[in-house]
Amino acid sequence: MAIELPENVVVSKLDALGNWCRKNSLWPMPFATACCGIELMATGASRHDLARFGAEVFRFSPRQCDLMIVAGRVVMKMLPVLQRIWQQMLEPKWCISMGACASTGGVFDTYCVVQGIDRFIPVDMYVPGCPPRPEQLIQAIMDLQDKIQREGTINGKEFNMPQRQQRNRALLELPIIQHNGAGN
Amino acid sequence: MQANDPDILWVEEPKLGLAGKLYLPLIAQGLTTTTRHLFSKKITVSYPDTEPEIANPLIYRGVHRLNRDEQGRVKCVACFLCATACPAHCIDIIGTESPWPDREKYPESFTIDELRCIYCGMCEEACPVDAIELTSLYNLTGRTREEMVFDKEKLLSVHDQTIDKEPMRSQGGATSQGGFP
Repeated sequence: MAIELPENVVVSKLDALGNWCRKNSLWPMPFATACCGIELMATGASRHDLARFGAEVFRFSPRQCDLMIVAGRVVMKMLPVLQRIWQQMLEPKWCISMGACASTGGVFDTYCVVQGIDRFIPVDMYVPGCPPRPEQLIQAIMDLQDKIQREGTINGKEFNMPQRQQRNRALLELPIIQHNGAGN
Repeated sequence: MQANDPDILWVEEPKLGLAGKLYLPLIAQGLTTTTRHLFSKKITVSYPDTEPEIANPLIYRGVHRLNRDEQGRVKCVACFLCATACPAHCIDIIGTESPWPDREKYPESFTIDELRCIYCGMCEEACPVDAIELTSLYNLTGRTREEMVFDKEKLLSVHDQTIDKEPMRSQGGATSQGGFP
C-alpha cells in the first residue's frame, strides 16, 4: 500500500491517537481516606510534581475525572460512597489502589474494613507500601500510562473483559437508594 | 446584635491612590515574585530520571528478600518467628523436614503478600538466622494481586538482584555454624 503523503502529514492509528490523548491527561479523583492521602498530596506538590505526567489536575468532582486513586482504608460504611463515586466517573476510567489498606486491608483485618477494594471496583494498578513513597505512586501512574498505550482501544473494548464484567455486575447489584423526588 | 451596637467597629475600605489605580506597581510586584522563582533553585525531583537518594540502604525498608547461605541454599529454617511477629499476617510459611543435615526444618513454601505488608521490619528483627531482610527496592507496583504475592523463588531472586549492592546485615547466622539451636 503506497500512498504519497506530503512531509508534514503524520499518519497514526485512531486507537494509538486516542490512547496517547488519554494517557497524557489522566485527571485523578483523590479518594484519600487516610495517611496515604498525605503522600498523595506530596506527590501532587511541587517536589514530585505530578504535572510532569499530565496528572496534576485533582478534580473533586468525579464527573471530571478518569483516574481514581483510592488512598487509605475503606470501611464498609464508606463503601457505598466509593462505589457511587466510581459509578459517577465517566468512561474510560481507571483505578489505582494506593497503599496496603486499600489494596488488601493491610493490618486492619477486621469485620468492618474492606479487605481490598478490588472486591468491589476494578483496580488497574496496585501500589504496596504503608504509605507508598511518592515515587512509587509516580511509577504506578507511569505503568498505567504504559498499560493504556498498549492495551487501550478507542471504543473501550478492553473494559469488556470477563473479570471487569464480573465487577460491573457486582456494582449493579448494589442496593443503591432510589430517590423518588418526593424527598422521602 | 444591632447595627448600632457600640461594640461594632466599622472599617472603611481604604481609598486607592494613583499607584493603586494604575495597577502597574502591583503587576511589577507580582512579576518580581514570579521572576525570582524562575531563577531560584529548582526543587522538583524528576523521578524516573533521577533516583531518590536513600541515605542508608542497609536500614531502608523496601521489598523483602530471602537470603541464601554460602552453598546457595535458602537460609530460612522455617521457625515461623517472622510470621508470628508480622502485624499484618502477610507471611505464610509451610515448613517441612529439611533435606540437609545442618538443620531440622526448611520452608517448602514461603510467601509474602507484598500488598498486605506494611514494611515495618518486624520480620527482619525477629529472624534468628538473618534469612529475611528488607532491601532498598522502593518502587514496586503491580497489576494484579496474584503477582504481588511473592513466593520463595521470587524472594530468592530479589536476593540475587540486590546482594551485590546490599550485603547481608550480619555474616554467618546460626545455620552456617551448624544447626539451629
